[in-house]
Amino acid sequence: MKISTKWLKDYIDLDIDAQELAEKIERTAVEVDSVSRPDKGLKKIVVGKTIEVKKHPGSDHLNICKVDIGEEELAQIVCGAPNIIANKKVIVALPGSRIAGNVKIKRSKMRGEISEGMICSLQEIGFSESVVPKDYADGIYFLPENAEPGDAVYSYLGMDEDIIDLDVTPNRADMLSMRGTAYELAAIYDKKVTVKKPEIQEDESDSIEKYLQIAADEKLSSTYLIRVIKDVHVKESPMWLQKRLWNAGIRPTNNVVDVTNYILLEYGQPLHSFDYDKIAGKKIEVRLAKTGESLTTLDDEKRELLASDIVIADANGPIALAGTMGGLESGISETTEIVALEAAVFNSSSIRKTARKHNLHSEASMRFERGINRETVLEALNKAVQLIAELGNGKIVSGIAKGAKENVQATSIKITTKKINDVLGTKLSDVTIIDIFERLGFEVEGKEDTLQVLVPARRWDISIPADLIEEVARIYGYDNLPATLPSGDATPGRYTYKQRVIRDTRSILESTGLMQAISYGLTSSKKAQRFMLDAAQETHLDFPMSSDRTTLRMNLVSGLLDDVAYNNARKVSNVMLYEQGRVFYRAEEDERPQEIEHVAAAMTGLYESQSWHDEKKVVDFYVIKGIVDHLLAKLGATNVIYKATQRYEEMHPGRTADIFLDDLLLGFIGEIHPNIAKEYGIARTYVFELDLQKIIDFNNKLTVYQPVSKYPVITRDVAIAINKDIENAKIVDFIQSRSSKILKTIELFDVYEGGKIGINKKSMAYKLTYSDVSKTLADDEVNVDFEKVMQELKQEFKAEIR
Amino acid sequence: MDLKDRLTELKFKALGEIETVEDLKRINEIRVNLLGKKGPITEVLRGMKDLSKEERPVVGSFANKVRDELTEAIAKRSEKLEIIKIAKKLEKEKIDVTLPGVSVKVGQSHIIMQVIDQLEKFFLGMGYQVVDGPEVEEDHYNFEMMNLPKDHPARDMQDTFYITNQILMRTQTSPVQARTMEKHDFSKGPLKMISPGKVYRRDTDDATHSHQFHQVEGLVIDKHITMADLKGTLQAIARTVFGDEREIRLRPSYFPFTEPSVEVDVSCFKCGGNGCSVCKQTGWIEVLGAGMVHPNVLTMAGIDSTVYGGFAFGLGPDRFAMLKYGVDDIREFYLNDVRFLSQFSQKGQR
Repeated sequence: MKISTKWLKDYIDLDIDAQELAEKIERTAVEVDSVSRPDKGLKKIVVGKTIEVKKHPGSDHLNICKVDIGEEELAQIVCGAPNIIANKKVIVALPGSRIAGNVKIKRSKMRGEISEGMICSLQEIGFSESVVPKDYADGIYFLPENAEPGDAVYSYLGMDEDIIDLDVTPNRADMLSMRGTAYELAAIYDKKVTVKKPEIQEDESDSIEKYLQIAADEKLSSTYLIRVIKDVHVKESPMWLQKRLWNAGIRPTNNVVDVTNYILLEYGQPLHSFDYDKIAGKKIEVRLAKTGESLTTLDDEKRELLASDIVIADANGPIALAGTMGGLESGISETTEIVALEAAVFNSSSIRKTARKHNLHSEASMRFERGINRETVLEALNKAVQLIAELGNGKIVSGIAKGAKENVQATSIKITTKKINDVLGTKLSDVTIIDIFERLGFEVEGKEDTLQVLVPARRWDISIPADLIEEVARIYGYDNLPATLPSGDATPGRYTYKQRVIRDTRSILESTGLMQAISYGLTSSKKAQRFMLDAAQETHLDFPMSSDRTTLRMNLVSGLLDDVAYNNARKVSNVMLYEQGRVFYRAEEDERPQEIEHVAAAMTGLYESQSWHDEKKVVDFYVIKGIVDHLLAKLGATNVIYKATQRYEEMHPGRTADIFLDDLLLGFIGEIHPNIAKEYGIARTYVFELDLQKIIDFNNKLTVYQPVSKYPVITRDVAIAINKDIENAKIVDFIQSRSSKILKTIELFDVYEGGKIGINKKSMAYKLTYSDVSKTLADDEVNVDFEKVMQELKQEFKAEIR
Repeated sequence: MDLKDRLTELKFKALGEIETVEDLKRINEIRVNLLGKKGPITEVLRGMKDLSKEERPVVGSFANKVRDELTEAIAKRSEKLEIIKIAKKLEKEKIDVTLPGVSVKVGQSHIIMQVIDQLEKFFLGMGYQVVDGPEVEEDHYNFEMMNLPKDHPARDMQDTFYITNQILMRTQTSPVQARTMEKHDFSKGPLKMISPGKVYRRDTDDATHSHQFHQVEGLVIDKHITMADLKGTLQAIARTVFGDEREIRLRPSYFPFTEPSVEVDVSCFKCGGNGCSVCKQTGWIEVLGAGMVHPNVLTMAGIDSTVYGGFAFGLGPDRFAMLKYGVDDIREFYLNDVRFLSQFSQKGQR
């Protein structure tokens, strides 16, 4: 809502700098988008009178004009505007002037002719295209006849007014009007508002009953009034009215439409004007649209109406979409002689539905949606018909056609000053509180500290005690509130077990060099259903914004691969990222998916770069496996098993494993399939994804202290040559299961293929460590155990002990 | 020459040799030669059997003295040579201390998570619990329980991704509050909670909008909670995140779930409030929204609003991170460019 401080003075005596006023509004009422003056930055732009207009000999569209700019000599200005004619008052930018966009105008020559300045359109001096009257949209503007050549143009155009643009929150729709804003400022500055009830002269010889019969469903329209003005001359509005409109961001059209807009701005009351002669059957009905009905609205769009749309209908059908937009057919035109003017209150949720469904958001619909002052519907209508009659030399037909008229009363709210102080944490006296309510224009009846506050209809946002408390708080000033911390019973602040595991997971992974990534939860259907740990249905958005964000993710790897791709594309080749977040698995019969905490990582490039000190370390399966081992060990998962798998289409079939905790599938690890790498345009990348919820659910036992053996350990190294396909885990398990309790650890320290080992064979070298907590081990004891196991190993795997 | 003279001569000769020897091996040889069983002193002592009873102790004691002197001289010299030897060895071991150290591989949390962590720590310290909730929510909890019935004009303030008529991507983390309020047992004490997490809006991504971002919303419900308590809490948050010198100010605003509702500005941490490009010359930066919980919200959650009341606030870690670190494009947070992420690895920043 754009507020001209000059216009405000009609209602309230305030002489405060616009900037200061805006600051005060912002601190007490609503946000301010901007404070501006249309003439800011403009210089040397004056009224000129075209004395003579001649064709430019060297051009088919330019004219040479002699212009009276209030100097002794006429100025010669070349002008290209198609609508230029002699004997008009025009806007002249003199040499040395500045017009919109800080453009400097100089004396120049145009096709050989001197041009001392420029004759301007409204746009050229900073008017927005959307407010320039249609007649002047493609040419220069003609100032009123009384404009004095040589005067600065600004005051003629209302450009010397300060404009405060309010960003009105949905609850404060009362401030979507000049009067509402004036009441607010009166409360802030403890002033009085002056408003005059319009006086109306009706033509007693003619009566509304002859013109219209109306019927309105009160559920759709609690108040529905129409007045008729006859013998109207539709024409351009006077300058004072046009200035007020365009300063408020509304394009002047003609005296009838302009008055409706003016009343909209003054009262916040949307009005609609019909060309009476286009209303069929002298009948108007406010009802819901019927199936199959359609209407061509003012914007020349034919709209199929919905059963939820409130329409204004005549004997032939809908002539307007109530509260949103009128029909083209019944609209005011230059030939209109009788105006039927509607002032109403429409059901706000219906209007909201209509505006949304037809994508028709107007100044009127916005106000009906948020509410209007139901007390001034008739007053606004009266002021409007009076103005139209005055500006269009028309006569007001006596009487009002009423479809519905609700009886509006002030809202009475009971509140105690103690409650107010309890909520605000203040110690305001009864007098202070009552004074604040009175400044707001609320009547207060009080018995001791219990107040009965009467809130006028113009503040329909206030209905409960909490609303009154807010009024007190903001008028008293938030700066004046003390700052304390909640007292009362103490509560322990701590994470749940699940929250702790999630946070620990993050810090463990970060300690291995992984950086945390946060990717998007919404992705494409294709990416959502890859790398799936468990089977689930997709969850789709009903109405997505773009094709790559349609579906809730069911894995974290896809997002991480997007991140790798982004980095690789920017020549960042070493990428080590992890993500902790939710995936969304939906069961077929459910609408809502389950949200499961996962953790995943993607690694590519060098884990450690070559330095003067160390060799480089390229990311491979075993590097990322080391990280998973570390993570799971730190989270207390002791019996982790990796099983080679080919069940993931998106993974390398020979380099992927499922990860189990005992029999429980936790996740997978491996290299992504070369086809996927190619699709993303990324290098060889290793990933893992784990179901963190399963780790959280796994009953993690507290570490119990194990005594440390005081006796020396004995080690035995062994290298065995075996068939290449035999997995390490099998050998380790075998040794473990066949050895006695004194075997404590088995450590693989070398794997070797080729050379003397032979084709399809490999050599695996293990260090076995033996110890006993209760005694020094004898070599013999170890030897017996070791030799026995080695013999069995030979037989089981056809192994050769080397 | 008598034995004493021989010992004296031997002593001086040996001392001379000990003083000049440069080699640890050689000095060991000298020690063995001089003081060993076959050495000259032993030999002299052996000759004592030919001496008279009177001379014997005199010469014996002299010989012992000589041996002690030589032993000490050898030890001293050995020690010195040992020092020289070590010094030489260390000299050889000299390295270039300006070569770079071996790099340590450590990752770090995402910058947004760092902001959330900081807020969580702050609130845990103040006795709040951290509560998580679903990202896919019911319209009922996301809107209706927040005093936003269907067709409420304020629903326009948040464009929503719907999945079905009733199911949506949460647009705020306040539904977690609604769920927690429904369950809270006030006989066990006040409700003090924050709900951090991801939220979604039907927005086109650009430098200042993202269809996915984060929120941390807070809620305190008890018998005697005041707006002054809210102001004090917000001041403490502002100072924790943006520095001890920060001031806050409250401006009226509108949220359907609070009444009164306020927008909270913090004094600019770049210029200290004098006006700069960060605060658009105003000295203040809008950082969060807050208010006193609307009685309808309490009533809908089954809490008696005539007895209990409280405050709520909501803030955006993305916005905090943008402001604090001067990030000018919110999309940076979700692209995960390693060169971007790695900039935020420093700990202990003020």
